[in-house]
Amino acid sequence: MSLLRIKTLLVASFSFLALAISNPLLANEKAVSLDSNTAAHDTASQLAGAETHSATTAHEAKAFNVTETILEHIKDDHSWHLWGHTSVALPVILKTSKGFEVFSSANLVDEHHEPIVFKGNFNYKLVEGKLKIVNEIGAVDEEANKQLIDISITKNVASLFISVFIILFIFLNAAAAYKKTGVTSAPKGLQSFMEPIVLFVRDDLAIPNIGKKKYAKFMPFLLTVFFLILTNNFLGLIPFFPGGANVSGNIAFTMMLAVCVFVVVNLSANKNYWQHIFWMPGMHWSMKLFLAPIELIGVFTKPISLMIRLFANITAGHILVLSLICIIFIFKTVFASAIAVPFAVFIGMIECLVAFLQAYIFTMLTAMYIGMANEEHHHEHADAAHH
Amino acid sequence: MFILEINPLVLPDIGLVFWNTIAFLVLLIVLGKFAWKPMLKAIADRESGIEEALLRADKMKAEIAAMQNENEALLAKAREERATLIKEAKEASDKMVAEAKDKAKSEYDRILADAQLAITQQKNAAITEVKNQVGTLVIEVAEKVLRKELSNKADQESYIKQLADGVKLN
Repeated sequence: MSLLRIKTLLVASFSFLALAISNPLLANEKAVSLDSNTAAHDTASQLAGAETHSATTAHEAKAFNVTETILEHIKDDHSWHLWGHTSVALPVILKTSKGFEVFSSANLVDEHHEPIVFKGNFNYKLVEGKLKIVNEIGAVDEEANKQLIDISITKNVASLFISVFIILFIFLNAAAAYKKTGVTSAPKGLQSFMEPIVLFVRDDLAIPNIGKKKYAKFMPFLLTVFFLILTNNFLGLIPFFPGGANVSGNIAFTMMLAVCVFVVVNLSANKNYWQHIFWMPGMHWSMKLFLAPIELIGVFTKPISLMIRLFANITAGHILVLSLICIIFIFKTVFASAIAVPFAVFIGMIECLVAFLQAYIFTMLTAMYIGMANEEHHHEHADAAHH
Repeated sequence: MFILEINPLVLPDIGLVFWNTIAFLVLLIVLGKFAWKPMLKAIADRESGIEEALLRADKMKAEIAAMQNENEALLAKAREERATLIKEAKEASDKMVAEAKDKAKSEYDRILADAQLAITQQKNAAITEVKNQVGTLVIEVAEKVLRKELSNKADQESYIKQLADGVKLN
C-alpha cells in the first residue's frame, strides 16, 4: 500500500516538475523545430544559410515535425549538444582524394548553429547532419563524395570512447584489486560489485551454452561484448552529457559486434559444425541437399539477427521516450506533460531493464552460437538408427 | 539497397564502423590481458581453493571420525586389558597367598616334627641320665650301707645272700 503511495507521489512530482520547466522547453523546442524546418526547406539556398535564417520567422506557425526531431536525437552528429545553445565541437577527420584533413566541427556551423560551408581541401558542408563535399554554388558534389571517407570523432564515437574509458577504469581497477588483496580474501568495493556480473556471464551464459571444457577461451570475448553493450546501453539512457548518444542503437556499432561474432563463431567452428551445415548427418540425401542452403543462410542470419535485435530494441526505446516527450510539443500545452512525463518515466524504467536484457541476450546468443559451432558430435546413435 | 538508402538509421557510417572496431579491439585486447585474465584466474583460484578446503574439511572430518573410532577401540581394548591384568594379578596373589600358606604349614609341620623329635631325644637323654644318676646314687648308698654292714662278717654274708636273692636279672 505504501509502495503504491510512493509511486503516486513520484508520478505527481515528476508531472509537476515537467509542468514547471516545460514552458522554457517549449520555447526552446520551437526554435529547434524552426531551425530544422529551415534546414529541410531551404536546401536550394544552402550557401545563403545565414540570410535565409531571418526569413524563417515567416514559418513560425509551421507544424512541429516530430519525425525530424526524434531522428535528430537518435542520429549521430558532428557536435555534442549539451544544453540550450551550448555544444561541444568535435574533431572532423576526413580522407579525401587530396589526403587526410582534420579540423574542428565548429567550423561547419555559424553562431546560430546553422550549417555553413567550410573551405578546406574541398568545400565541406553538413547536409542533414552528414558531412558532404559541395561545389561552388552549394550543391552536393556526388563525384567528389565518392572519394570522401569521414572518420570524424562524432558524438557516437566520443561517447563510445567515454564508455571504453569507463570500462577500462572499472575493470582495470577491479583486476588490480585481485592482485592486491589476493585470492583468499573476499572481494571489496568495485571488485565485489563487478565480480557477480562477471560470474553471471561465466556461469549463466558461457558455461551452459559452450560447455565446461571450452568456455574459458571465449570468456574475454563474451565479457567484453557484454560490458561494452551494457555500458553503452546505460550511457544511452542518460539524457545529458556523458550519455545522450545513441551508440548501441546505432547500426554501425551493432554491425561491428555482429561481424566480430560471425568471425569468432566461424573461426572457432569445428568439423562437426560444418558437417551439420553442408551435409546434415542422419538425413536422407535429398533432405541433405535441401537443408544445406538453408543452413548456410543460417550462418549469416544468426549474426544479422543479433545486429538488428540490439539496434532495433535500443533505437525503439529511444524513439518511444522521445515520442512521449514530443506529445507535449504536438499538443502545444504544458498539461500534456502530465501524461507524457509519467509515461516517459515508466518507459525509462523499462529501458533500464531492456538495457540489461539486450546485453544479456546478445551475449547469451553469442555464447549459444559459439557453443553450437564447438559442439562435439553426439548424433552417432541417431545415425545408427537411421542406417 | 533502395530501402537502406532512404532510412539513414540503418545505413552504417564508415567512420563509426572504423572507430567502433578500433574501440572494440582495444577493449578486447587490453581487458583480455589486464582485466579478464587476472580476474578469471583469481576467481578460479579462489573457487578451487574453496573446493579444496571443503574437500580437506570433509577429509579431516572423516579422519577425526576414524580417529575417534580408533580411540574408542583402543579404550575398549585397554579396558579389557586392564580387566585381564587385574584378574591375573588377583590370581597370582591368590596363588602366592596359597603357596605361602602351604609353605608355612609345611614349615610348621616340619618344625613341630623336629621339636617332637628333639623333645623325645631330650626326654630319652634325661631319662638315661636320671637312670645313670639313680644308679650312681644307689651304688653310693649301697657302698655306704655296705661299708657300715660289712664291719660285721655275719651280717655281710647274710646281706650278700639277701642281695643275691633279691637280684633278678631284668
